[in-house]
Amino acid sequence: MGLTGIFLILFLVVHAGLNACIWANDNGEMFNKAAHFMGSMVAPRVLEIGLFAGLLLHIIQGLMLELSNRGKRKVGYAVNYGNSGSKWYSRSMGLLGTIILLFLVLHLYNFWTSARFTGEGLEDINYNGVEMHNMFGLMKSTFTELWVVIVYVLGCLSLGYHLAHGFQSAFKTLGVHNKRYHLMLSSMGYGFSVIITLVFALMPISFYLGWVK
Amino acid sequence: MLDSKIPSGTLDSKWIDYKGHCKLVNPANKRKLEVIVVGTGLAGASAAASLGELGYKVKAFCFQDSPRRAHSIAAQGGINAAKNYQNDGDSVFRLFYDTIKGGDYRAREANVHRLAEVSVNIIDQCVAQGVPFAREYGGLLSNRSFGGTQVQRTFYAAGQTGQQLLIGAYQALERQVALGNVKMYARHEMLEVVKIDGKASGIIARDLVNGTLERHFGHAVLLCTGGYGNVFYLSTNAMGSNVTAAWKAHRNGAAFANPCFTQIHPTCIPVSGDHQSKLTLMSESLRNDGRIWVPKKQHDTRKAVDIPEEERDYYLERRYPAFGNLVPRDVASRAAKERCDAGYGVGSSKQAVYLDYADAIERYGKIEVSKEGRNNVSKEEIIALGKQVVKAKYGNLFDMYEKITGENPYEVPMRIYPAVHYTMGGLWVDYELQTTVPGLYALGEANFSDHGANRLGASALMQGLADGYFVIPYTLGNTLADAIYNKAIETTHPAFEEAEKNVSDRIQNLMNIKGTQTVESFHKRLGKIIWDKCGMARNKEGLEQAIREVQALKQEFWSDVRIPGEVNEMNPELDKANRVADFIELGELMCIDALNRNESCGGHFREEYQTPDGEALRDDENYMYVAAWEFKKDHQWELHKEKLNYEVIKPSQRNYK
Amino acid sequence: MEHYNMNLTVKVWRQKNSSDKGKFESYPVKNISSEMSFLEMIDVLNEQLIVEGKEPIAFDHDCREGICGMCSMYINGKPHGPWAANTTCQLHMRAFKDGDTVVVEPWRASAFPVIKDLMVDRSSFDRIIQAGGYISVNTGNAVDGNSLPINKDNADSAFAAAMCIGCGACVAACKNSSAMLFLSAKVSHLALLPQGGPERKTRVMNMVAQMDKEGFGACTNTGACEATCPKEISIANIARLNNEYLRAGITAEK
Repeated sequence: MGLTGIFLILFLVVHAGLNACIWANDNGEMFNKAAHFMGSMVAPRVLEIGLFAGLLLHIIQGLMLELSNRGKRKVGYAVNYGNSGSKWYSRSMGLLGTIILLFLVLHLYNFWTSARFTGEGLEDINYNGVEMHNMFGLMKSTFTELWVVIVYVLGCLSLGYHLAHGFQSAFKTLGVHNKRYHLMLSSMGYGFSVIITLVFALMPISFYLGWVK
Repeated sequence: MLDSKIPSGTLDSKWIDYKGHCKLVNPANKRKLEVIVVGTGLAGASAAASLGELGYKVKAFCFQDSPRRAHSIAAQGGINAAKNYQNDGDSVFRLFYDTIKGGDYRAREANVHRLAEVSVNIIDQCVAQGVPFAREYGGLLSNRSFGGTQVQRTFYAAGQTGQQLLIGAYQALERQVALGNVKMYARHEMLEVVKIDGKASGIIARDLVNGTLERHFGHAVLLCTGGYGNVFYLSTNAMGSNVTAAWKAHRNGAAFANPCFTQIHPTCIPVSGDHQSKLTLMSESLRNDGRIWVPKKQHDTRKAVDIPEEERDYYLERRYPAFGNLVPRDVASRAAKERCDAGYGVGSSKQAVYLDYADAIERYGKIEVSKEGRNNVSKEEIIALGKQVVKAKYGNLFDMYEKITGENPYEVPMRIYPAVHYTMGGLWVDYELQTTVPGLYALGEANFSDHGANRLGASALMQGLADGYFVIPYTLGNTLADAIYNKAIETTHPAFEEAEKNVSDRIQNLMNIKGTQTVESFHKRLGKIIWDKCGMARNKEGLEQAIREVQALKQEFWSDVRIPGEVNEMNPELDKANRVADFIELGELMCIDALNRNESCGGHFREEYQTPDGEALRDDENYMYVAAWEFKKDHQWELHKEKLNYEVIKPSQRNYK
Repeated sequence: MEHYNMNLTVKVWRQKNSSDKGKFESYPVKNISSEMSFLEMIDVLNEQLIVEGKEPIAFDHDCREGICGMCSMYINGKPHGPWAANTTCQLHMRAFKDGDTVVVEPWRASAFPVIKDLMVDRSSFDRIIQAGGYISVNTGNAVDGNSLPINKDNADSAFAAAMCIGCGACVAACKNSSAMLFLSAKVSHLALLPQGGPERKTRVMNMVAQMDKEGFGACTNTGACEATCPKEISIANIARLNNEYLRAGITAEK
């Protein structure tokens, strides 16, 4: 769980970094180039397979863990311990993960399937003689619908809470018990989850409100 | 009847000679010998583990849900050992001497010397098991002082020494369970000793979960069942601590020695009301730094902080300048009672004295300041620093005090009062820890042997572990060497049948009474009789009255107790009734013993026998013996005397001035 | 501290034995002093039940000074009740006020089956210790206690972990019914001391395997165990256990 989690965290760093290119205010040129680079080179494609494998493993592990843990208390409590003992999102990793998964289905349908396979809604664009997909344009058109923006923002929030627990928990699972490092990692974790949530959530909002052109 | 089997030779060679000459059992034969251990406190767990390691087939029993819960776990302060790591003049002889003197010359020299000898091995053994004793910055073991001694020989793990030692012994025990050498029976209570041809050959135990009676055979039976302080109802013992196992042994022929020797611990949290179910000890280690006082004015109703220094009476420092607040427990307890009885008590009940940390906090604060090399530090800051030091040393005890009383002991002095804590009396045993019934042994607090009329602090843990780890493995072999020819007896033997029937009849009788009063109410009444008349101070008239009252209470109990529920189920009220019935019988014997002993010594203070300044007045001429009572029939005992011979130490009046 | 008396309603889980289904019953209790401990309040209620000809509530308790680990009530949604770093027996009625309803449940976990009412069977903890929670040293094998200096910080941390009283509140609090805090306290205690060195790897592997076998859940680091632990055992011990476990697993020969 922890290992696959950290692997996915690394992916998020790359994903967020690339997508931040939309704010270059160059009508998407930098972003499109970056996306093209990721799509056309071999190494990212191989990593993509790894990513899906990691994601799948993370989902399977998570579901199995959640199911097995739920079976360990046949009779529940009348009054629950609740938030005085732990954070709600720490106890709701299964739920948050499921929401993220549902969001991912939409997300992949919106961008990945069309970029890789169908080309639906995608136009090509030419920069200095190189043909590439206009991913920026696709984003722009996708985020004109309010409901899509809301779903994306919710997905990002779920991801943020999932990370708020998952980041530091992953390192505990991997055995970091040194107080100093643990403090460092947990503050990093909170910082990271806030930044990731903001960066991702601001994208659909920025397009919808016309902040990027 | 009483043969103490003390080996000949000089005092310091007795145990060495004994070990050199005692009989051994070869490993193949040990596997055929079955040993029953009842109780899993320090003595029981260490004995069961050590015997399992040797290869005996051991069965261990405890009434709690796990052997780790035994009440040894609650011991706070520490464990003594004559290591002399502090280079302050300690030695085996000095520990031996302090223990005999602390016990007011009513303990057996040979046993106590052996205890002092093996004390050093205990520390080594516990460290090897991973017991996390307190350490100095250099990585070596730390020591502190305790009452009744002038050296620092007490090893400790914060305020939880008993817990750490018991967990060590428990882990050793569980290791033997895993290896198959020990079979553990938790939630089982021993209700009868089975004797065949005069020898202890097994027990009847009740499975407390489903109420069934079980028969267990053993070539030897070891009772490690602790003390009987709960006869007073209110004591620092656990709620389940009881005399039942020892009492069954007693009714089956094992002599009960010095039952009136009970220890009243001076520093406990006072009773707060009628609802009180038990008392909580504040470790004696608190007397290292705390100062005990009462107001100089009688019936002073001012708050402690409003009483100026010159109007406080630090009565222990005044009466005993040499030992001050660190006088032995019996002396400190009596002094507190004397002040309260004279009208100087504090708190709402007036049955309490102050234990004050203000001076210690300031002293430690100043030391911290000078460590940091600072000048011109405000008093508030000194006190804040001092509080941190005190918190590091005694934090858990202070927290406990605050939880129970709702008062913050860092700000106001604690209120304390003496409470029943330990029983020096117990089953009579010889040098080999064998009772007067062959094959039946008693270890730890359950026996009478090492503490005389008063136990010194941090010596109970020492004795429990000494008996279990280092004494019984040798002495048991000495008798079992002859048992290798005896096959295990089937539990269908008529003696088992009969014993089980007795237990079952008694339980039925109890259930059939269907009276109107609860078990708890009888226990409370018994406790009040014993505390009032056979507690910290006793006199002839009171004791005679107490005997009559206890006899009447017994009759009332057996005709009017109400026990709900059924036999064959988890029934805590029935378990309690079994125990209280035995406490009532014991209470009578305690008073008889106290009445017989026309002297004051250690924890036994007869008002008729005291020096002009109120100290205990011993009568070595007539009472330098162990009073071992043989049970004849209900309300009837025969006294046997084991004369105590002091070959090395010359008894004198204890002087802590 | 102001003393006061209160009347309460105690809603408590009643279950005759392990095969009974069990249900809640509510009982009024009157004139409870704020000075009483929680168990003394239950004592009062039990005396009342006996006099009324009903069965008293069965519950585990022994030392009543917060160290034996036997008491085990889940009070108003928290193991050992509302106070922090506390056991049920040390909880005092000052924590409640007149008119309160107090809900008392047993520890809930499949690995802790109910025996009767509020009593549960925690023998699984003993079996976890049997799997390796010890140092294999027979009586008499020891060298001098001071022959092995131990860094004070390590000794103190080992002690802090060894303070565990084995009450099971960590399991009761955990949404996964995981026994990781209990297990990690023992593994940490022994791993932090040089004496525990020789068996370090086998100990952690065997104890974890036993915990799984007993039917405890897996840890997801929610921290509820640490928040409820009466002895304030740190969740850092769980991370240390994971460390020990990974290290032992990676370097295992078989």
